[in-house]
Amino acid sequence: MSRLTRAGVLRAVVVFGALTAFPFVFPAQWIVNIAIFTLMYAGLATAWNLLGGFSGYLSLGHAAFFGVGAYAIAIAFTHISIGGSGYKPFYALPLVGIAVGLVSVPIAWVALRVRAATFAIVTLTLLFVVQQLAFNLHHITHGSQGLALPPPPFDVSTFEQPFYFAMLAVFALALFTCWWVRGSKLGLMLLSIRDDEDRSRGVGVRVTGAKLIAFAVSVGFTGMIGGVWAYYIQFIYPQFAIDPLITIGAVLMAFLGGKGTVWGPTVGAFILVPVQQYMAYKLGASELYLIGYASVFLLIMLFLPRGIIPSISDRLAARRGGRTAGPPGTAVATPSRATLPGGMAP
Amino acid sequence: MTALLGVDGLTKHFGGVAAVNGCSFEVSEGTITALIGPNGSGKTTAFNMITGYLPADSGSVAFAGKAVSRPDPTRLYRAGLTRTFQQARVFPALTLIENLTVAISQPWKSLLRRGVSERNRERALALLEEFGLERLARRPASELSFGQRKLLEFATVLMGEPRLVLLDEPTAGVNPVMVQQIEQHVRELHSRGLTFLVVEHDMHLVMRLCDPVIVLDRGATIKQGPPAEVQNDPAVLDAYLGT
Repeated sequence: MSRLTRAGVLRAVVVFGALTAFPFVFPAQWIVNIAIFTLMYAGLATAWNLLGGFSGYLSLGHAAFFGVGAYAIAIAFTHISIGGSGYKPFYALPLVGIAVGLVSVPIAWVALRVRAATFAIVTLTLLFVVQQLAFNLHHITHGSQGLALPPPPFDVSTFEQPFYFAMLAVFALALFTCWWVRGSKLGLMLLSIRDDEDRSRGVGVRVTGAKLIAFAVSVGFTGMIGGVWAYYIQFIYPQFAIDPLITIGAVLMAFLGGKGTVWGPTVGAFILVPVQQYMAYKLGASELYLIGYASVFLLIMLFLPRGIIPSISDRLAARRGGRTAGPPGTAVATPSRATLPGGMAP
Repeated sequence: MTALLGVDGLTKHFGGVAAVNGCSFEVSEGTITALIGPNGSGKTTAFNMITGYLPADSGSVAFAGKAVSRPDPTRLYRAGLTRTFQQARVFPALTLIENLTVAISQPWKSLLRRGVSERNRERALALLEEFGLERLARRPASELSFGQRKLLEFATVLMGEPRLVLLDEPTAGVNPVMVQQIEQHVRELHSRGLTFLVVEHDMHLVMRLCDPVIVLDRGATIKQGPPAEVQNDPAVLDAYLGT
């Protein structure tokens, strides 16, 4: 585990204290709606970071597991009618996470035999395979007609709050896991794999096991977030629940904030999602928001090319006479499309 | 002396080229054995096959009296056979202490424990001090010079408490002072019982450090013996100078 520092504890208390108070301070539903999606992407980016940031295996298929989690909740509470609705779907989330993680192990075992761009393509292919399954397993998923979840019996005035806190809980758990892993032996193993996998094997690192654990935990959290999202949206279709842009959004946020750092993906999501939403609301009709949204990336690429947190850390270290250079290959990527998927209307 | 490493008929083809062609030799326990030969004679390819980085077309490897049916770098490292590379390979994003700590065998149950325990930190610091790198212990390895990386890589493989270390051109590209340092480390570790197999182009170093010397040419072993005998062998002279 990481060494606890006073500054670290203070940072966590301030951030999570503020996030807990947020829906009470800003109770307007449209604001809480944006906050839910911000937390959703913060959670997704943090979960992705466990694999992509720490081990360097850039998965583009995480949305497949987001969709599996979404359909797991939807199917469990419609077809099978386990316990009706209310808060019960939230209680089932840990089971969904564990199930998704376990299901992913044989898939990961195959996918992780390849590296770099090939791994990205394999995981992207997996995404489309799962999407096609969702379309074609009609008796379970209702195919393109979509699947409706039971309406949550929450008070209209505070309807968003249970979803907000459920998303916050999953995000907090993902972030805590990320922090713990970063400071653990497993974290060291993953970082060594990212730097030089062959060399890792040569110094006795259990490479396959470490990658499988990271993959399973990463997609487990992704599935849990998919479950909360499905219950919030209440109606899911294959093309929305298993949307490549969900992964791409999360990956961009991890790169933007600084992949391989604990807080980087969160920072990326907390900047990008509200900016995207604000731009969409203000400039959506003229589509000028696309220019504004891309400008955010350009500015960060220009001034903070390794991502926000690593670049700032480097500059602070350089100012203190410390290190100036960091590991290569962590430049910020550009967005392919400005609109974030997952029900976030531009 | 008993053979710690036995290589028998090791062969590797790349397309129509036989990079290693029926290479056979033994490394006795407690020796500093040199593996020399002209450029392209198959020394590094042989290293790669022995350590499991490259599958052999045919031939066999035995380590510590046991046949290694499918050489795998991780398993061999745990068994006590490890190597360094021609171009030093370290983990640039990790600190020097982390570079060393990651090379300590970890049981599964300890995976979620602290990455660098106090015990491992002390062990890593002691080794870094031995290699003159202790003042850089908390810096990322990306900040090291090429020679320092060579030293770090060397130190890293010692964390697994090996019996046999394969050094691939340990002094290539480093300054004369560091060559002396590396030689001293090899001598010191050898005096503690460690066995070395060294690929090296610096013949002066080979002749004063190693015994025996194995010579490869065109992928095959052409001579094995004491340095004085090898350096006057007509076949060896022919391989190096050509006729």
